[in-house]
Amino acid sequence: MQYMLLIYGNEAAMAASTVPQAEAYAPWIAYTKALKDAGVMVAGDALAPTATATTVRNHGGKRQVQDGPFAETKEQLGGYYLIDVAGLDAALDWAAKCPGAAYGSIEVRPVGMM
Amino acid sequence: MAGDQAARDAVAQVARASYGRLVAWLAARSGDIATAEDALADALGRALETWPQGGVPEKPEAWLMTVARRRLIDHARRHRVRRETAATLVLLAEERNQATHAFPDDRLKLLFVCAHPAITSDLHTKLMLQTVLGLDAATIAAAFLEPPATLRQSLWRAKVKIRAAGIGFHVPEAAELPDRLAAVLEAIYAAYGTGWDDWAGLRAGLAGEAIWLARLLAELLPDEAEAHGLLALLLFIEARKPARRDGDGGFVPLSAQNTALWSVDMLAEAEASLHVAAALARPGRFQLEAAIQAVHADRRRTGRVDRDSIALLYEGLYATAPTTGVAVARAAAVGEARGTEAARALLGKLSPDAVATYQPYWVLRAHLGLDRADALARALALTADPAARGLLIERWGDG
Repeated sequence: MQYMLLIYGNEAAMAASTVPQAEAYAPWIAYTKALKDAGVMVAGDALAPTATATTVRNHGGKRQVQDGPFAETKEQLGGYYLIDVAGLDAALDWAAKCPGAAYGSIEVRPVGMM
Repeated sequence: MAGDQAARDAVAQVARASYGRLVAWLAARSGDIATAEDALADALGRALETWPQGGVPEKPEAWLMTVARRRLIDHARRHRVRRETAATLVLLAEERNQATHAFPDDRLKLLFVCAHPAITSDLHTKLMLQTVLGLDAATIAAAFLEPPATLRQSLWRAKVKIRAAGIGFHVPEAAELPDRLAAVLEAIYAAYGTGWDDWAGLRAGLAGEAIWLARLLAELLPDEAEAHGLLALLLFIEARKPARRDGDGGFVPLSAQNTALWSVDMLAEAEASLHVAAALARPGRFQLEAAIQAVHADRRRTGRVDRDSIALLYEGLYATAPTTGVAVARAAAVGEARGTEAARALLGKLSPDAVATYQPYWVLRAHLGLDRADALARALALTADPAARGLLIERWGDG
C-alpha cells in the first residue's frame, strides 16, 4: 500500500535555528537513503516555506486566489515522502524514524483508495 | 413449528458462541471488519431460511463460514477491490478446499486491531464488544450512556479507517507487544468499568462481557502475566458484587462486607489466575492490583486484613503506575498500616491541582481528620451516588 508521510514542523523555529545547513540536512539525506535501500521510496521532496504559498479556490466557477497557505497553523507542511509498504504498522515505523518526527509531526495518510 | 424453533435456537447458539471467531477469521483475510460482519449477517440470515427445512448441519460453524466466505468473495468481485485484497481472496478461495471444521482462531489479531493506536482509545472497548462479542450498538451505547446513532457512526468510521488505512491483522512483534498489549488490557478493564458505578441503574453493565474478554485474552496469550493479572483482578472484584449493597441499596464498604456473600467460585478462579501470572515472573500493574484484592479476599479465611501487605503492594503499584489514584490509595493503605501521620506525609506531597476534583482524596482527608468539614464538603460536591453520599454524611456529617 502507498502512504504519504506529510511532514509538519514549526517553520519559524527552523528558520531561527543556528545549526549549520549541512548538519541539519544530514539526517534527511540518511533517511532518504534508508527508504531507497529498503525499496519503499516512491517519491519525496521538501517544500519551500509557506511564505511562498498561494491558495486557489474555484468554487462555483469563480476563481479566487489568496496569498498564503490554506490554513494558519502552529506547525506547517514542510515536505513529504510517498512510500510503498505492506500496511499501516510499517508506515508508522518509517514515520517514527523520519527526522521531522523528532521535533514536529508526521501525518500518515494512505493514498487514495476507498 | 417445533423444528423451526430448534433451528432458530441453533442459529442463535452458533452466533453467540462463534461470532467473534467467524468475524476475526473473515476480517483477518479481507482487512475489512464491516464487510466481514455483513457477510456473517448474510450467512446467519441464510441459516434462518434453510435450517428449518433442511435441518441443522452437522458442523454449523463451518457451514456459516463457508456461506460467509462466499459472500465475501462475491463482494470483492463486485467492488473490484485493490490489489492486496484481491490476493487475500485468492487465499480465501484456496482455503475453501481445505477442511473447515478447524479454522484458526484469529480473535487475538482482532483484539489488537480494535486497540490499535491509530484508532482513538475511546473506541477500543466499543469495537471489541461489537466485533469480538457481537454485541449490537444499542447495547454498547446503553452501557456507555451514549446515543446509539452517535456510537453507530463512530464505530462505522473506525471500521472504514481500519480498512482504508491498512491496519494489519497480526499479533505485534515482541518489541511492540508490551505497549500494544497494555492498550488491549486497558480496553477490557474499561468494559468492566461500565458496570461498576451503576448507582442510578441507567447502565446495563458489561462486567460479564469484560470478564469473558479477559478470560479469552489469557487463553490466547498464556505467557503474558498481565493478561492473567487482569483476569484475576476482575474476578476478585466481581466476586464481591453480592456483598457490595445492603438490602436498602446502600453502599457497603469493602471492610464491612459480609464475606459469606462473596462468590467462592470466582475467588478460586481469581486466585488460580494470579498464581499462573506469578509463575511467569513478570510483575505489572494489573497483577499488583489483583494481589491487593487477594489480600482483602483472605479476610474470608482469616477474619482479618493484612494491612502491612496491602501497604507494601500499594508501594509497588505506585512504583509501576504513579497516577493520582494510586497515590491516594497508597496513602490510605499506608495510613491503615502505619498510622495517620505517615498518610498525611504522603498526601502532603501531592500537587493541589492533581487532587482538586479527585473525590477519593477528599474522602481520605475527611477520614484522616484533616480539615474535616472542608474535606467532607469537597467530597460531597464530587459524589453523585446517593448511597455513597449517605455513607459520607453518616460517617462524618456531624463533625
